[in-house]
Amino acid sequence: MSETPETTTAAPGKLTIKDFQSDQDVRWCPGCGDYSILAQVQRVFPEFLHRKEMYVAVSGIGCSSRFPYYLDIYGVHGIHGRAPAIASGVKLANPDLDVWVATGDGDGLSIGGNHMIHMLRRNINIKVLLFNNQIYGLTKGQYSPTSMLGQVTKSTPFGVIDYPFIPVSLALGAGATLVARTMDRDPKHLQEMVRRAEKHHGSAFIEIYQNCNVFNDGAFFAFTEKETRDENVVYLDHGKPLLFGKEKDKGIHLDGFTPEVVNVKEGRFSVNDILVHNENDSTLAFILANMIHNPNLPRPMGVFVDLHRPTYEEQMRDQIAKARSRKGDGDLQKLLDGDETWIIQ
Amino acid sequence: MAKELKTLEDVTIRFAGDSGDGMQLTGTQFTITAAALGNDLSTLPDYPAEIRAPAGTTYGVSGFQIRFGSTDILTPGDICDVLVAMNPAALVTNLRLLREGGTIIVNEDAFSDKNLKLAGLESNPLENGSLSRYLVHRVAISKLTSNALAEMNLTTRFVDKTKNFFALGLMYWMYNRPLDQSIRFIQEKFSTKDPQVGEANLRVLRAGYNYGDTTEIFTTRYEVKAAKLPPGKYRNIMGNVATALGLVAAAKKAGLDLFLGSYPITPASDILHELSRFKEFGVKTFQAEDEIAAICSAIGASYAGALGATTTSGPGLALKSEALGLAIMLELPLVVVNVQRGGPSTGLPTKTEQADLLQAMYGRNGEAPLCVVAAATPADCFAMVYEASRIAVKFMTPVICLTDGYLGNGAEPWIIPDVNNLPEIPVRFASDPKTFQAYARDEKTLARPWAIPGTPGLEHRIGGLEKDHVTGNISYDPDNHDLMVKTRARKVELIADDIPLQTIEGDEKGDLLVVGWGSTYGSIKSAVANARAHGRSVSQVHLKYISPFPRNLGEILNNFKRVLVPEINNGQLIHLLRSRYLIPAEGFNVIRGLPLPADEIEERIEEFFGGNHV
Repeated sequence: MSETPETTTAAPGKLTIKDFQSDQDVRWCPGCGDYSILAQVQRVFPEFLHRKEMYVAVSGIGCSSRFPYYLDIYGVHGIHGRAPAIASGVKLANPDLDVWVATGDGDGLSIGGNHMIHMLRRNINIKVLLFNNQIYGLTKGQYSPTSMLGQVTKSTPFGVIDYPFIPVSLALGAGATLVARTMDRDPKHLQEMVRRAEKHHGSAFIEIYQNCNVFNDGAFFAFTEKETRDENVVYLDHGKPLLFGKEKDKGIHLDGFTPEVVNVKEGRFSVNDILVHNENDSTLAFILANMIHNPNLPRPMGVFVDLHRPTYEEQMRDQIAKARSRKGDGDLQKLLDGDETWIIQ
Repeated sequence: MAKELKTLEDVTIRFAGDSGDGMQLTGTQFTITAAALGNDLSTLPDYPAEIRAPAGTTYGVSGFQIRFGSTDILTPGDICDVLVAMNPAALVTNLRLLREGGTIIVNEDAFSDKNLKLAGLESNPLENGSLSRYLVHRVAISKLTSNALAEMNLTTRFVDKTKNFFALGLMYWMYNRPLDQSIRFIQEKFSTKDPQVGEANLRVLRAGYNYGDTTEIFTTRYEVKAAKLPPGKYRNIMGNVATALGLVAAAKKAGLDLFLGSYPITPASDILHELSRFKEFGVKTFQAEDEIAAICSAIGASYAGALGATTTSGPGLALKSEALGLAIMLELPLVVVNVQRGGPSTGLPTKTEQADLLQAMYGRNGEAPLCVVAAATPADCFAMVYEASRIAVKFMTPVICLTDGYLGNGAEPWIIPDVNNLPEIPVRFASDPKTFQAYARDEKTLARPWAIPGTPGLEHRIGGLEKDHVTGNISYDPDNHDLMVKTRARKVELIADDIPLQTIEGDEKGDLLVVGWGSTYGSIKSAVANARAHGRSVSQVHLKYISPFPRNLGEILNNFKRVLVPEINNGQLIHLLRSRYLIPAEGFNVIRGLPLPADEIEERIEEFFGGNHV
């Protein structure tokens, strides 16, 4: 909370990055990927046409869940894993609010996995930023549900034997209407994904590859560092072919339902053979999400799917409106009276 | 043949049959008619956990007990005067609840070899003399029902489904009740949807009534006159319905939207069902993915300015523990209803118990005090959940309202309150950024301001980490934590200034005080009344506010030589009384999953006086 609260709020569209910086000292480890995520969100939020008091950030427990303290908006730092449930209550009570959930791979996919999938399937208009660093940071280095097989951590000295979740696949399976992947080290792309989440009508799930430089340093370097990114990442753009590589000479070709890497400059394949991204195709989204299982394929970044489905809160509002138009505003005395009364003199 | 008409003060009837025999409907119909005749009454459904256990088995038996009378009816009756048994299993499982010399009405057609075997009987009790202590009426209910519908050309299966109305009609005749209420019910329910079904049910109902009138085996009819109830407009109400209405009324009175986050659980689900119908009141019901999400969504809704509520039963309350702690830290209004059932673990889901009191009081990590109230009768669920809501909003705290399966499913006549006379629930959201501090407190109540998102200039963060006592920012300061722990406790204690003083039924001083809480009210009241009629110096205190206790409770307890605490648990309230007031209270604990029988409490009371019952 600000020590000297503002008495006036700038009009929507006139807010600046400063309006979203709280007076609290940021306590993440120096070099943590969380700093970039916070900065991009603070940069992008002023673009959205809400009054400042309409933003709410909800989190659970973990490094990522400190996020709300550093944004000067309404915020709830909840309990481990329950942010989607708390946020659902906030949004359903007041659908005009712009509700964001900050969570991690442990908070959002392990202890809170159940709440996450149910919030997504209901399509409540809440935006989820899932900071995936494939490790438990706040508890100092145990493996998480996204840690790699064989990964040696404090609680797996002989290597992880849990098969990991693919967060994007999980969100798609749960019926999420917007699913995207981005990374802490690509500010422009991260900003764009935050914008896409904001614009989306319904639940949005953004997986953010986030480096934990203390307990799992370099987990995503192959995808995030300048030297290797071009060869290992394919950006998803609606209506555009899936080309990648420094020279944009490689692309994804579908052999049946199986994606493979082909070269478009060597003659056998041309750009016309390359898979064209379609955000509205959920079947394609599953294929793209599954590319992670083949180490020879680049890692897709961007919006996997963007579908339109009515949100939970608008259907709830419609049911209430319909009941009111049929029966009028509830008459409490009539309700208490019920159908069958008798008088005793 | 002229039939004798005898007047009775009160009667307890138990309808028992297969789960598919429609005994709950039969009982409910009899109840509505009794209520309309002005009887005081109390009912208790007793149904199995199995939805539809195999027909004819003992574990598939469903019962419904109603006690009605011309006097003050306090309980649904420890034992019944009349048992209506639709098959051998129903007879076997309910016989122990019938008084010596009581009346049995059986469907003799159901006593086939197969059904006897399913009920675990080696010979037919209707023929082997084992029922000689009772007055047994063997009625060919199935055959008579079939005869009544002979011209309608219906399937056997369908005909069989209407036989409960024959039993109902017969009981209407026996207790001199008009058929109007049930005729109206049948007509309203089936006239447009399925007139043939309606017609069949009407014929069978009348056939049952006429059978009593014409057959010679029934020589006596009984009459139970209207009770002298306080004047007013009445309806019959079940506890769970009363709870739902109480929440709607409180929200409406407070000018807030009601948000219910809930997960289905026996015996609390009916509250969710009821509230999900009241859309025109703006009620938002959210069937969450689990108990934790249910309470967390209610906390979120409360944070956003709604009246957040969650309803559950014991195992669900266990799952909500951590989130309750969060609500205590966030200091937001929250109403938690626990319709207690038999425990521990899954326990006895459809049976009643009072064993969650200490869970409600203490079942959380850390020092996590909150307000606990408890309803005493089905209709009282309305008043107490309303109180829970009022206190939650005024003191910015979670409040647990305890009811139980017996209250939730039980029913009684209720004087409908005038909405204009319900206590006010003023709500003031914080709005001034110049003075706002998230944890600055009201001097009188220690409540912090309710600052809801959407209010310009009040953007702030709150969470489960310990907070600075003024700003609400995270604080690890040792003295601040000490202060906050004590302040949260003090705030709950201050609620005692806002609740009524404890009342006593009976003299203010004496030999013995019987202290109870929750659904044992009626049993204790009738036991104490009987003991007093025998000249015993006994009084009753029934607690509706348990955390905090009413201010004058200690004084009351000290005015009695001894204190008896009957509970349907192994001794929970007694712990609270002993530790708080340092008195050697004695317990009376019966934990059968059933209401505490008044006569057993009375026996226990008599033990205090040497046991020489008059």
